[in-house]
Amino acid sequence: MNLAASYEQWKSLMVLGEEIGFFKEFYVKFYQAFLENNRWLQYLEGVGTTLLTTALALCIGILLGVLVAMVRTAHDQQRPGNHNPLLGLVNIICKIYVTIIRGTPMMVQLLIMGLVIFKSSRNFTAVGALTLGINSGAYVAEIIRGGLMSLDPGQAEAGRSLGLGYIDTMRFIVIPQAFKAILPALGNEFIILLKDTSLITVIGGKELLHAAQGIYGRTWEAMFPLVGTACIYLVLVLIFSWFQSKLERRLRQSDRR
Amino acid sequence: MIDVKHLSKSFDNHSVLKDISEHIYPGEKVVIIGPSGSGKSTFLRCMNLLENPTEGVITFNGTEITDPKADINAIRREMGMVFQHFNLFPNMTIRKNITLAPVRTGLMTQEEADKTALDLLRRVGLEDKADAYPNQVSGGQKQRIAIVRALAMKPKVLLFDEPTSALDPEMVGEVLEVMKELANEGMTMVVVTHEMGFAREVATRVLFMDEGRIVEQGTPEEIFGNPQCERLKTFLAKVL
Repeated sequence: MNLAASYEQWKSLMVLGEEIGFFKEFYVKFYQAFLENNRWLQYLEGVGTTLLTTALALCIGILLGVLVAMVRTAHDQQRPGNHNPLLGLVNIICKIYVTIIRGTPMMVQLLIMGLVIFKSSRNFTAVGALTLGINSGAYVAEIIRGGLMSLDPGQAEAGRSLGLGYIDTMRFIVIPQAFKAILPALGNEFIILLKDTSLITVIGGKELLHAAQGIYGRTWEAMFPLVGTACIYLVLVLIFSWFQSKLERRLRQSDRR
Repeated sequence: MIDVKHLSKSFDNHSVLKDISEHIYPGEKVVIIGPSGSGKSTFLRCMNLLENPTEGVITFNGTEITDPKADINAIRREMGMVFQHFNLFPNMTIRKNITLAPVRTGLMTQEEADKTALDLLRRVGLEDKADAYPNQVSGGQKQRIAIVRALAMKPKVLLFDEPTSALDPEMVGEVLEVMKELANEGMTMVVVTHEMGFAREVATRVLFMDEGRIVEQGTPEEIFGNPQCERLKTFLAKVL
């Protein structure tokens, strides 16, 4: 007996209201949620969009985060009585950006971007990725700023005292150490970003949760698509956490005693 | 070699250095002593512009380093600095710590720098540590490596900012030994320290600072044997 035939047979029994037992009922609902009409392809497509959105948002987030963190630290490190007015202005803009993004809910930001600012755009996924990136940038900026500030100023002083320039000092001494310090926080931010992509369904982004919603909208059976979606997110996060811990272990090389 | 004219430095409204004028001649070993908070370290750090003077002019070998247009990186290449807390780079091996600056500034190729690093490490007895990381060696070894790192740039003068203050007492000797050797080889040195024994033995001139001024100076014999001002007498009575 093949899979589809048993599904059809048991399903018709269920429709008639007959008791077919737990396992058969489980099988029917599972088949309906994932296999019927090749629905697993929709999940797969959803995962693809989720990952693409995450990657796009991550790029935007890191770019914005690095920029804002650099402006903020450069501004704060200026010598007293030697302030650059342009840097001061950009610094204020960065501060306003971080305040607004951190001070308003992600969902509201998405709705404003999708339904107000880009209301004529049909590319919901791109709008979603952009919003997530802008959101993530504010948090990444604070993480990076924390990392740069946590480093002993003596490290940069030692680099400069050897005659290395500002850029070389940052590149070889400050950034590698700061990066190691912020990696756990950055990984955390990445995981949050990956999961927050599910929010873009509210503006019509066609990622994983959107696929699940479409399926239970048809089958009237929400448990399997939703639990399945949760499992897929969990697996994605586990895979990423594994990569992160590998990277951390490699960077910890210099801590051996 | 280093000429300081009317140097003043204040942090916010707190004045740390008050109108200091001084000259460091080639080959001199100048030791700066004084109570904490007297401005010794700030004075030293002004010489390579780790602190920006509020007022005054500092000239190094004819280049005015306090001029905003001066190439401060080029000047710092010729002035090595050794810090109280070593400030080795924990993310690189000791070899890389030493060779990074000579290679990046174009002073040497990687091969030349590697060879220089090994030669210098051998002199301080640490050539077997070249591939270790800074966290794997003791405080005294760290400071000797920090001295080697400064020497690898072939500086014309070395500035020491309390190089033994963060060390366990039993490790002070090995660092002072390296510094004495350098002094004997004719390196120009400016040393801020609390090691009066070192000052007495190595210094060609001792500066006593208090409250942002150089209050008294002279040869070690004059300073330690025949102190003039009251402040120096009380200071020496406490530390000796």
